Amino acid sequence: MSSVSPMRSVNGMDSADKQSNQAARSPQKFSLPPDRAAYPGQTLRFKISELRVSFGAKEVLHGFDIDISSNIVTAVIGPSGCGKSTFLRSLNRMTETVRHARVHGDILLDDENIAGMDVVRLRRRVGMVFQRPNPFPKSIFENVAYGLRINGHKDSLSEAVERSLRRAALWEEVKDQLHSSAYALSGGQQQRLCIARALAVDPEVLLLDEPCSALDPVTTAKIEELLFQLKASCTIVIVTHNMQQAARASDFTAFLLEGRLIEYQPTPKLFTTPSDPRTEAYITGRFG
Amino acid sequence: MSLRECRRKFVNAFMFALTAFSALATVSVLFVILGYLVYHGGKNINWSFLTKLPTPVGEPGGGMANAIVGSAKLLFLALLVGVPVGVSTGIYLAEFGGKTMGFFIRYTTDLLNGVPSIVIGIFAYTVIVLPMRHFSTLAGSFALGVMMIPITVRSTEQFLRAVPNPLREGAMALGASKWRTILTVVVPAAGSGIISGVMLALARVAGETAPLLFTAFSNRYWSSGWNDPVASLPVMIYTYAIGPYADWHEQAWAAGLVLLALVFVVNVGTRLVLARKVSVSR
Repeated sequence: MSSVSPMRSVNGMDSADKQSNQAARSPQKFSLPPDRAAYPGQTLRFKISELRVSFGAKEVLHGFDIDISSNIVTAVIGPSGCGKSTFLRSLNRMTETVRHARVHGDILLDDENIAGMDVVRLRRRVGMVFQRPNPFPKSIFENVAYGLRINGHKDSLSEAVERSLRRAALWEEVKDQLHSSAYALSGGQQQRLCIARALAVDPEVLLLDEPCSALDPVTTAKIEELLFQLKASCTIVIVTHNMQQAARASDFTAFLLEGRLIEYQPTPKLFTTPSDPRTEAYITGRFG
Repeated sequence: MSLRECRRKFVNAFMFALTAFSALATVSVLFVILGYLVYHGGKNINWSFLTKLPTPVGEPGGGMANAIVGSAKLLFLALLVGVPVGVSTGIYLAEFGGKTMGFFIRYTTDLLNGVPSIVIGIFAYTVIVLPMRHFSTLAGSFALGVMMIPITVRSTEQFLRAVPNPLREGAMALGASKWRTILTVVVPAAGSGIISGVMLALARVAGETAPLLFTAFSNRYWSSGWNDPVASLPVMIYTYAIGPYADWHEQAWAAGLVLLALVFVVNVGTRLVLARKVSVSR
């Protein structure tokens, strides 16, 4: 691995070298494609190499490289069981909460290996939203304030809560019932509450694990709209089952299959002219 | 209709009748006991029963104020002994206990639940009464507290296991440590269940007589502090019910009703307080 990140290099040759290097090593390894030049102004946020994850004897991710840029939405698609959730969960070390899980390879967040970071600090920087809304059995206010409280914040909680709820486009709907149960909200509101809860600690990265799979189309549209606004301030990685969602809401798309990264391209390119026949088969609905 | 069909229909009807009758019998036993208790006890409850000390034998009147307060004291201290240990063990089992350790603890807890209460009484007698050389509220509460542990452990574990895993993940994804997650999210989510388990355990030990006979003993007067023998409703019921005097028998019924009411009030009271708290903080 060259020490200079191609993402930030001004020298086009450098990144081309890297691409050919990787192609020589393994056809299944991808870093950022050359077209990323079309997305100027972004910096590299995650630099992931040789990522392998296994649960007990079963290896779920078989080792691949991928770079994730800041301030864009990166979608991860693939059929069920391809390891996309596992990939996402390794980015904030949630894999550690599962027994017998082992993660190999390097995940660098802003050039710092997350394996050596304090897990609380890491998860504060890398927030996560889950498949099903999982509000705590507390009031709306306390749900959003939770992350702040465990980080020891005591002052100006209510401003932070309001700011997060506004960012999650939920403030107008709940401002009069902040102290009633979060369970009184609808599914879509609960999911936006969970996003607000994750935003409250001002994460640099927001991981979303199929956030809309339990929601109806109208609510889904709201959340996608929200992602669009959030990417100004956040790096977003979203795992989705829904290819239309990936096509609509993301800038880059990674296609995983059986624990391998098959293709990683700017979203329009991946969906219109995929370079791998397996990607094409998947996005045209021939399997998965 | 063939004979076979006839027989099948008869067996069907007979089995239904059998199960329905058993269900009815179960319910009616409870209601008969309750009715009898309320009838006999109600007749004999009056203000002096609730507020006066027992009178010397032969003298009419008097009450069991000391036993009512004594039972309350015993149960309060038993809660302090049983709940921390029971709930913590339940948390350990649900959140940390591995396969082998979990099995071992669960099995031991079930065994403890099966130990006859009088044996637990002897145990408390040996470890507390003998070294201290006198009966005490402390010893009685210790015996009752130990008896509360198994029920508290198992109900706590069950209710914690029912908490959906995404809640734990949600808290940990925000950077909460495992302990913080358990204390601030998991236990509150299972809170009302855990409390009802504790109440069940309390109701179970409130009527225990055997372990109190040689730990708390009894007392015909007020017992001050935690270090003296203390009267309790079950032991008073036992003493009065086998006594030779008719007015003692009447008072035993009244004591039974008070004991039942005590458990009932604590139970309903907790639920009400809890329901209000939950609706506010949720």
